Amino acid sequence: MNTPVPAPAPVPASASASAPASATSSAAPACARPAVPAGGPVPLAPRAALLPALGAVYRAQLSRARVARIPLLFVATFQSLGIMVMMRGVVGTGASDTEAARDVVAGSSVLVVAFVALNLLAQYFGRLRATGGLDHYATLPVPAASVVLGTAAAYASFTVPGTLLTAAVGCALFQLSWVHLWVLALVVPLAGAALAGLGAACGLLANRQEIATLLGQLGMSAALLLGVLPSSRMPAPIQWLRDLLPSTYGVEALARSFAARPDWALVGADLAVCAVVGLLSLTLATWAYRRAATHA
Amino acid sequence: MDTQPIAATGTLAPADSCCTVRDLTKTYRSGRGAKATTVTANAGISLEIRRGEVFGLLGPNGAGKSTLVRQLTGLLRPDGGSIDLFGHDIVRHPDRAARLLGYLGQESTALDELTVALAVETTARLRGLSTPAARDERDAVLAELALEPLAGRPLARLSGGQRRLACFATALVGTRPLLVLDEPTTGMDPVARRAVWSAVARRRAEQGVTVLLVTHNVIEAETVLDRVAVVDQGRIIACDTPGGLKAMVDGDVRLDLVWRDEPPLGLPLVAGLAARATRNGRRWTVRTGPDEARDLVAEVTSGPAFAALDDFSLSTPSLEDVYLLLGGRQEGLAR
Repeated sequence: MNTPVPAPAPVPASASASAPASATSSAAPACARPAVPAGGPVPLAPRAALLPALGAVYRAQLSRARVARIPLLFVATFQSLGIMVMMRGVVGTGASDTEAARDVVAGSSVLVVAFVALNLLAQYFGRLRATGGLDHYATLPVPAASVVLGTAAAYASFTVPGTLLTAAVGCALFQLSWVHLWVLALVVPLAGAALAGLGAACGLLANRQEIATLLGQLGMSAALLLGVLPSSRMPAPIQWLRDLLPSTYGVEALARSFAARPDWALVGADLAVCAVVGLLSLTLATWAYRRAATHA
Repeated sequence: MDTQPIAATGTLAPADSCCTVRDLTKTYRSGRGAKATTVTANAGISLEIRRGEVFGLLGPNGAGKSTLVRQLTGLLRPDGGSIDLFGHDIVRHPDRAARLLGYLGQESTALDELTVALAVETTARLRGLSTPAARDERDAVLAELALEPLAGRPLARLSGGQRRLACFATALVGTRPLLVLDEPTTGMDPVARRAVWSAVARRRAEQGVTVLLVTHNVIEAETVLDRVAVVDQGRIIACDTPGGLKAMVDGDVRLDLVWRDEPPLGLPLVAGLAARATRNGRRWTVRTGPDEARDLVAEVTSGPAFAALDDFSLSTPSLEDVYLLLGGRQEGLAR
């Protein structure tokens, strides 16, 4: 393919800054035309394949955490820790409060996922779209799914430390069992997929950056307000609203796993809902990306 | 000299043509509801770019250059007209553009939080290169543009010119027969500019790469372009070599007068000039024949007007003068 060029050819010191090198000679342009074959359409360069491109986007996005995301990841975690401390004031550790304690810890843990994967990702894609940043990807031969899935996966990954920390602190605070916390290994990616898909779709569908920010904030607020309290204490209409939120199923799966003998079938069903919503929302986000990239 | 508002097209054999655009139109709606107006960004643009040349689009902001480029790169679908890139129909297959060209847009938001090295490597990967090939190209291009000292720094923490150079590096990896560069040297210092034009020249000489350059900088246009299309209000108002275009205004020279404070309009000479000069604050520009220009300089510099004069210069025509002669709006070109 390309012939790497070892080092720049020396440019005469006298060459003017804006008039350098041989590009200045407006001699017959026909003089330099070796590598591009003459006649017929020029062959197309290969496309980037789905998985390698997804990996490249994921790796690049993950590296952004070092530069820009760390403060917000702290905010996400501290918000959840703060909510648990606050709720500890009204929810005890006795038998009568067990259900409430499970919901508080599960809701606070999944809230980290909602903050980062839904809210921050919606804002990121909203900003990318509003500032023309999507052009960079749209002028590369990369599948839309690689960009959306790679970015969503990175944002879901950002949530791992905060979610683990929140769940661990919550278990200690409310004296819940740690035994089945391994279920987070399923909850984070599946709830992450569902919420990141929604976040990406919101960010890419919003025609203005402020709308994307608004949608992300609203989604996170809904996950916060409807996620950390036991549903049995809510009025029926609020329960229906809660059932519409994909984060609810992540919360319930995690809350169920705190039982001494969890009902794994129900946990599995909750996670399946997350997976289906994730599939649908990521498909929607991929479609929204294609639309945004070519209709800007 | 042909001053028809449309570039010559249809003269090249397909093997010599990099890009053929015919009757390209693009309008968009601006505003909302009843206040919405239709803006014509491109009003029937035709042009032909030859393989291996450095072709420029010159015009002020809002002339329609970027809209044209966004259609060539497959980012925007035209309302009408055709675009052929190396024998491929880009209107019908906009996705093929990414496999034929490297594009440097004006925004770097997608890359801002990546380090320079990772931005270049990732872009190479997304152009379909394997990881080892992407790393080889990354190392080569960082060395070529002298970006190695900045390789580990995020783009967002670089100066405007350095960031632009890093973005230029991402446009170079993964060889393409066409490079589309939208104001590549904005904010760059002379060293970086030189690196850009050296890299362009090298690719052109070694790989026959064609370059489409968008600029509003007339000095750049005059020095690096083989041919230039002057764009104004969605149309191409001239297309030729920079020398050919300047020949249109041959014979005229340009006299610039800069007053210290208020021009002495009480003097008959100055009052006479005031009527015909293009006035931009304290700077007056008069276009005239060489003989009269010489007389004017003599009169201005020897008489009482000289006391009020801060600076003056007499220069041969530039592409800016061509642009103005062709009826372009006066503001917006950088020198």
